[in-house]
Amino acid sequence: MSTAATGDLVSIPHLLARNVKFKGHLPAYREKEFGIWQSWTWSEASLEIENFALGLMDLGVKKGDFVAIIGRNRPSMYWGMVAVQMLNAVPVPLYQDSVAEEMAYVLEHCGAKHVIVGDQEQVDKIIEVQETVSGIERIIYFDPKGLRKYDHNALSSFSDVQKHGVEQRKSHLSELDTIRSSITLDDICVMLYTSGTTGRPKGVVLSNRNIIETSKNSSEFDNLKSGEETVAYLPMAWVGDFIFSVGQAYWMGFCVNCPESAETLNTDLREIGPSYYFAPPRVFENQLTSVMIRMEDAGRFKRWLFKKSMTLAKRIGGDILDGKNVGIVDRFKYFLGDIFVYGPLKNTLGFSKIRVGYTAGEAIGPEIFEFYRSLGINLKQLYGQTEASVFITQQPDGEVQSDTVGVASPGVELKVADSGEVFYRSPGVFVEYYKNPESTGETKDKDGWVATGDAGFVEKDSGHLRIIDRAKDVGKMSNGSMFAPKYVENKLKFYPNILEAVVFGNGRDFCTAFINIDLIAVGNWAERMNIAYSSYQELAGHELVVGAVKEHIEEINKTISEDSMLAGCQIHRFLVLHKELDADDGELTRTRKVRRNIIEDKFSDLITALYDGSNSVSTETEVTYEDGRKGSIKATLSVLDAKVVDVSQRMAAE
Amino acid sequence: MMNALDGNFVTADGRNIGGVMMEMKSITLRFGGVIALEDISFNILEGEVRAIIGPNGAGKSSMLNVISGFYVPQEGEVIFQGSKRPPMKPFEVAHQGIARTFQNIALFEGMSVLDNVMTGRLTKMKTGIFSQMIWAGKAEKEEVENREAVEKIIDFLEIQAIRKTPVSRLPYGLKKRVELARALAAEPNLLLLDEPMAGMNVEEKQDMSRFILDVNSEFGTTIALIEHDMGVVMDLSDRVVVMDYGRKIGDGTPDEVRNNQEVIDAYLGVSHD
Repeated sequence: MSTAATGDLVSIPHLLARNVKFKGHLPAYREKEFGIWQSWTWSEASLEIENFALGLMDLGVKKGDFVAIIGRNRPSMYWGMVAVQMLNAVPVPLYQDSVAEEMAYVLEHCGAKHVIVGDQEQVDKIIEVQETVSGIERIIYFDPKGLRKYDHNALSSFSDVQKHGVEQRKSHLSELDTIRSSITLDDICVMLYTSGTTGRPKGVVLSNRNIIETSKNSSEFDNLKSGEETVAYLPMAWVGDFIFSVGQAYWMGFCVNCPESAETLNTDLREIGPSYYFAPPRVFENQLTSVMIRMEDAGRFKRWLFKKSMTLAKRIGGDILDGKNVGIVDRFKYFLGDIFVYGPLKNTLGFSKIRVGYTAGEAIGPEIFEFYRSLGINLKQLYGQTEASVFITQQPDGEVQSDTVGVASPGVELKVADSGEVFYRSPGVFVEYYKNPESTGETKDKDGWVATGDAGFVEKDSGHLRIIDRAKDVGKMSNGSMFAPKYVENKLKFYPNILEAVVFGNGRDFCTAFINIDLIAVGNWAERMNIAYSSYQELAGHELVVGAVKEHIEEINKTISEDSMLAGCQIHRFLVLHKELDADDGELTRTRKVRRNIIEDKFSDLITALYDGSNSVSTETEVTYEDGRKGSIKATLSVLDAKVVDVSQRMAAE
Repeated sequence: MMNALDGNFVTADGRNIGGVMMEMKSITLRFGGVIALEDISFNILEGEVRAIIGPNGAGKSSMLNVISGFYVPQEGEVIFQGSKRPPMKPFEVAHQGIARTFQNIALFEGMSVLDNVMTGRLTKMKTGIFSQMIWAGKAEKEEVENREAVEKIIDFLEIQAIRKTPVSRLPYGLKKRVELARALAAEPNLLLLDEPMAGMNVEEKQDMSRFILDVNSEFGTTIALIEHDMGVVMDLSDRVVVMDYGRKIGDGTPDEVRNNQEVIDAYLGVSHD
């Protein structure tokens, strides 16, 4: 892999300059503000970025400095990132919903002197961080609301910095140009902190080479066009957003649309109608749940029509999408269904124009995945990591399956070790973990092979990779059979009632589980069943709710028993948790992955009850409120047995 | 510092408090034989948050209605911006730059949030009904300008997501916020809030408090509010008038009022033995 692949285009600022030259008049950014979509062309955006960069230069941002960026997806935040890159400094986007304590660690670790934030909420957090972390010299905020009365000695507004930049234009533009043209492929493009399912977050250093080549390869893989429309709504600290909304957007020169606020996302999606769309499985699940809930409340005729059409779509929709042979009568029926059901439904969801849609991050339920595909939405899966600049494997058009993650992305080599762990090597492979050579060495060997930490295998006939579980989570039960908790948890989570599940059993005689109910789905069901409840806790403990969960568990026990390798993972006992697992309490990562060790620690009394045969257990749990205060909730939970399929007997009989 | 009754000072958090905006002089209000307000005097300074508190039936709402010009007191006078205020029609009050919200919410239930807030701009619209009907020339320009002002308020109060939602479908806490939006749309000099936190849960109260403070500091709007939740009021306001049985029993900064024996008695009750 060489410079030749991308020519002179060695960094995001270089791509910006090219886009200004060739498509300066076309929209680069849109944001809904004051009820109207405001847009900026590439030329306008470039000017905004340049002025901000000049202002930053005046504030003393130099090559190699780390500049933290915290805010929701807004053009200004993206401009901030690119402006920082223009100075050959390194943007470090952080999760905006992190609490001050989490930010403190990252800010101290990267030693950022300047922090660019969205609004007052973030300013408050950084001021709190400054109590323990020294070295933050200046906070630059975009939205001035509520900040008028703050001490502005170490605080500037985004527009003031830009104004300074404009004043500096004459005298310093050539200096900026010199810095810009000195950027090379090996300079650092961005540093992203992994949320870390175990231990402290690690700063993944990605070079310009990583980002530019990955953007190029992945854009070509999906035949992306310069006219794509995307909606940027996923956390800016997440590598996916950086690749989709910066890397690919600048490489292809397509437009990035920013929603008005997190609450208006659905309306904004519908108005934009993205052609290239990415969402984690959770978003698709939530949307499907809300569609189903609304259909339950619809009239009888509509329900009948919906059910009829969806049955048809389920049968042939996916085939039509994959270009397979489908009879003319069915095609006509599907056409009618499209007019009356699929089309309007896609329109409501904002998915009418999707050409390429991706989901990744977690396993997606086959029913959910097929629901969207049957509507004619080209939803595909990819498998990736921050360390790989996202792409490891992805599904080519026409080869989409719900239980695999596709073939190796262009430029990526794959290998599966004897232990079952998946390794890869690609131009996107990260440079290092910042200030952490030990972890870098553990993850990446000297030939550039990176351990994914996931166990999986390549399917023989299709050549697609299939992921089973986190390699370190895969264990053995006391009788020696394989224990793969995530495999079971994912099966459970495919039920709309179940939001989260945590399975235990490593080194034990049998498997047990914690269940988190989905308040929206279960709440709606409770309403229809006339079940009164006053709190999450009360609903979660309701006899009928627990009964429904028990049924789900028994169903999946049956399906698990059919898999000879994993039959030992059937769940023998379970309980429904009295609180929702929450990132604020450290139980989940910011990307909502279960942190097993912490949960095991925190709820050790509940786990004991699962294994000692008791029927109920009283517990008290500390919770953290959104404003950082702590409280505790007490509950008495019942522990239930679930029916399991006796595999040993069946095997003996066979 | 805060006791400077003639105003013109800067608060600890850097807001400019100006001169006297409104002055109540010995107000007495009677309904037949019932004395609702008895010989009440206090003032409201330019740029401050002024609270009127008191137990149920203390006369708070009557007082607010006197301030808004809806009730005309039998005795005493109201001096607004330097001149004595004659009895006025509601629209005349609105033109003077006074806007209010209501304790029991008075929105147009069937209309969207946006339309409701737009009604707050009525006093700013000059074109006639005819040109508005045919959407000609000035009418369109005026509508666009007003919509822009309204959108800024929607953004400020973070109600973008319910812009097009009919008010009848909103929960109580949001309706209160929409009412505040409508009052703000009139760009008032003096904003009257009648129990802005009544019936809200803790989180909604916190949100509302923040918005009230933001309105005061961003737009410099003078705010007079009635509230019976002592905790909220003490954190929010610069000065507090305390009423009981139609009389004023305390007036001063929250700290002063908190330590006032008469106020403590009115709130906690006093033994009569």
